[in-house]
Amino acid sequence: MTKVGIAVFPGSNCDRDVHHVLNNVVGLQADFIWHTKDRISGYDAMIVPGGFAFGDRLRAGIIAAHSPIVSEIKRMARDGTPVLGICNGFQILVESGLLPGALMMNDSLRFVCRWTKVKVQNNETPFTSEFSKRQEFDIPVAHGEGRYMVDSKLLKDLKKNNQIVLQYSNDDPNGSVSLIAAVCNEDGNVMGMMPHPERASEPIISATGKNDAITIFKSLADYLKGK
Amino acid sequence: MARIGKFLVQVIIENKPYINDPEGETIHRDLVVKGGYSTVKSVRSAKMLKMVVSAESEAEAEKTVQKLCDDLRIFNPIVSVCTIKAARQD
Repeated sequence: MTKVGIAVFPGSNCDRDVHHVLNNVVGLQADFIWHTKDRISGYDAMIVPGGFAFGDRLRAGIIAAHSPIVSEIKRMARDGTPVLGICNGFQILVESGLLPGALMMNDSLRFVCRWTKVKVQNNETPFTSEFSKRQEFDIPVAHGEGRYMVDSKLLKDLKKNNQIVLQYSNDDPNGSVSLIAAVCNEDGNVMGMMPHPERASEPIISATGKNDAITIFKSLADYLKGK
Repeated sequence: MARIGKFLVQVIIENKPYINDPEGETIHRDLVVKGGYSTVKSVRSAKMLKMVVSAESEAEAEKTVQKLCDDLRIFNPIVSVCTIKAARQD
């Protein structure tokens, strides 16, 4: 049985939502792993969920990026294990150096919490393989520091390497360069996204009644099955 | 021989020039210029940390703080720069 680990930090608050979706909706076994754990074995994928790890002190994600579990996640990522960071998890993966760039204060200087749409630009990652290319789907965002930023050289590299996975398609919630909502590493096994697929995986909690965002987790389930 | 002393080290973290700064722009446009200070041509916001460091000299205190800023990623080098300045406290 494949197993997914969910990293939990002081201040994580989307960990239980991800746990519920994986265990009860998608049918993957998922466990919580506390951030002090310095040796992880027996897990086939890792998810770093949203929240406010360490209260976003200094800069969202930076303190969590130095925790023991993140050292383990880095080791697992190097070995090809799929790693998904959602919202604060994306910030943690960026600050740990697993993903390029920076996530800065939204250009509105306000916390944004609303439903938006994203378009799939790369459907070759373990988290997007079940989408069709350029498929659009509904998903909510909820963040203060979600403005994805890279310099022009890094942006060229991201485009060349097909590392832009999702782009906002009808809305600009935060001022991200090129409307970037999700990026992956060069190998494609590490992905970070600002929107929350775990809050859009069941019609009952979807503002539009659509739950296509569940395809993020279904893609992962499919990838792990085929391993 | 230099004596060990305490130094106040100021670390200013600011965005690189290519990153726009909506906070600084709003302070400039809606507060400073509207308040009549039209000779002020721009405002950039930044974050400052103050660290008290034991060292033998200003240079040594600055070197320690520069190293920790790089090692611990006190600033994200993709978008920010940091300026470090030490002054003897005692």
